[in-house]
Amino acid sequence: MLKGKKVIAIGERDGVPGPVIAECLEGGGFEVVFQVTECFV
Amino acid sequence: MSNFARPVHIGIDGVFYSLAHVPQLVRFGSKPARELVDRPSLQDELNGSLRSFTDAVAYAAHQTFIGNLTPEALRACKAPWFENSIEGASEKGRFGDLVDQGSFYRLLAQADQFNLVSLDQQWLAGLSRGVSDGQRLQLRTSDQIAALIQKGALPLGSGKRMAGCFEPGHAEDVNLTADILLENLAAKATAAHALSSLMASLQMAPMDVDYVISCSEEAVGDRYNRGGGNLAKAIAEQAGCMNAAGTDVKSFCAGPMYAMVHGASLIQSGLCRNVAVVAGGSLAKLGMKFQSHLEKRMPILEDVLASFAVLLGPPKKNQPCLRLNSASFHRVGAASSPQGMAEGLAEAPLKKLGMKLTDVDRYAVELHNPEITVPSGSGDVPRTNYRTLAALAVMRGQLKKDQMEDFVRDRGMVGYAPTQGHIPSAVSYLGHALDALRAGRIKNSLFISKGSLFLGKMTQLSDGCSFLIENAEESWRSNVEG
Repeated sequence: MLKGKKVIAIGERDGVPGPVIAECLEGGGFEVVFQVTECFV
Repeated sequence: MSNFARPVHIGIDGVFYSLAHVPQLVRFGSKPARELVDRPSLQDELNGSLRSFTDAVAYAAHQTFIGNLTPEALRACKAPWFENSIEGASEKGRFGDLVDQGSFYRLLAQADQFNLVSLDQQWLAGLSRGVSDGQRLQLRTSDQIAALIQKGALPLGSGKRMAGCFEPGHAEDVNLTADILLENLAAKATAAHALSSLMASLQMAPMDVDYVISCSEEAVGDRYNRGGGNLAKAIAEQAGCMNAAGTDVKSFCAGPMYAMVHGASLIQSGLCRNVAVVAGGSLAKLGMKFQSHLEKRMPILEDVLASFAVLLGPPKKNQPCLRLNSASFHRVGAASSPQGMAEGLAEAPLKKLGMKLTDVDRYAVELHNPEITVPSGSGDVPRTNYRTLAALAVMRGQLKKDQMEDFVRDRGMVGYAPTQGHIPSAVSYLGHALDALRAGRIKNSLFISKGSLFLGKMTQLSDGCSFLIENAEESWRSNVEG
């Protein structure tokens, strides 16, 4: 069901970093087309 | 026990903070400048939501920043702070000040060695405060200022008139455009003001400063050396520290903690007797959340350039000190998750000192004012950080889960620093920490800063630096010989 689904992963400096989200999603079969970690302050 | 049990102390002689209130430079902040290109009509809305200097002075968070209110007293202030001004508030604080826009323009002009800043001579003559110095200023008529703005100089507004303008430094170099140079010179001018004020408050001659480290967030340089740096030396010169050398230490918001550790190391090594750590304000961050503030019908709260200066020197018995061998750095291979950062920057340094998380009386983290960040959805940054530390203490069995809120309240504080990147990053608490240590209200404080290296697109890494401050048990002689 997840395989091949394209996702965008946006991480946050005080939360979960983008690469970590991406790794989890890829492990679940998603295709991460863009990931980034943002700092909102 | 390890050799970390024996403290290596470097004295913290004093700190001075300054807030330059520059409402008419908010439009040059990165976010407003970009939005105004798309929607020029925003300018009127923005102008209508700017604060007066009186309101900026009476703002409880600012009064806390300059030392007239303690963080504990701020917690008791009625929110929202921007609607509940502090009666009788002063622009002069216990360890800081607020500078009005006209005075800032003069500081800017005084810091300019390349005829970038022109001030309107009529405007200057009409200033009610601080026009008596003999320093060289480039004065022009209103017509001349208008003509320069027409040719591309940035307007320096004052109410409904022009106070002056800011010209580009080079016709072709994108690193020397007026907006970049204004950002750089604003950092220099505000940092130099903080350093001069610190010298005055300590009754110390600037000529006696050995070394200046700047951890400001600007990038000084031309097309061949973008970010070449050493704003520190320019700041030292402006503050009259003619016997000082200097250099910059940068790591995004973690810069100030690293700069203090580097400065302390220069003293501990015997290379310098004293080191001033300074930082100027970040023009780019003015109005960063202005859209949320407009939507919520709030005043635009990001209207100040914040700066600080700290003087490090030999330790003195029973006086506040940086415990140099408590310093901890975020390693390349370390985790960047909140838990990983807390382990590396709080647990690790305490562990090597034989201390638990609950042995720290007060944590200084990123003290962003939540009144600025919450309306934009960025959350309450200090509270998030304190809860992470409390959760780690629970995981380690040092705290019960139902004690987490007590931990957050008693060992943390409400944020009060403007969102100026490196400035809120723990160092904002230093003035209050020195007071609390001297008065015996706390026995120590752990300073923790984090840096978002990934924003520069060179690495996915984060960064961080931390250290403990406490009163020294011994003065210098026994520290180095004993």
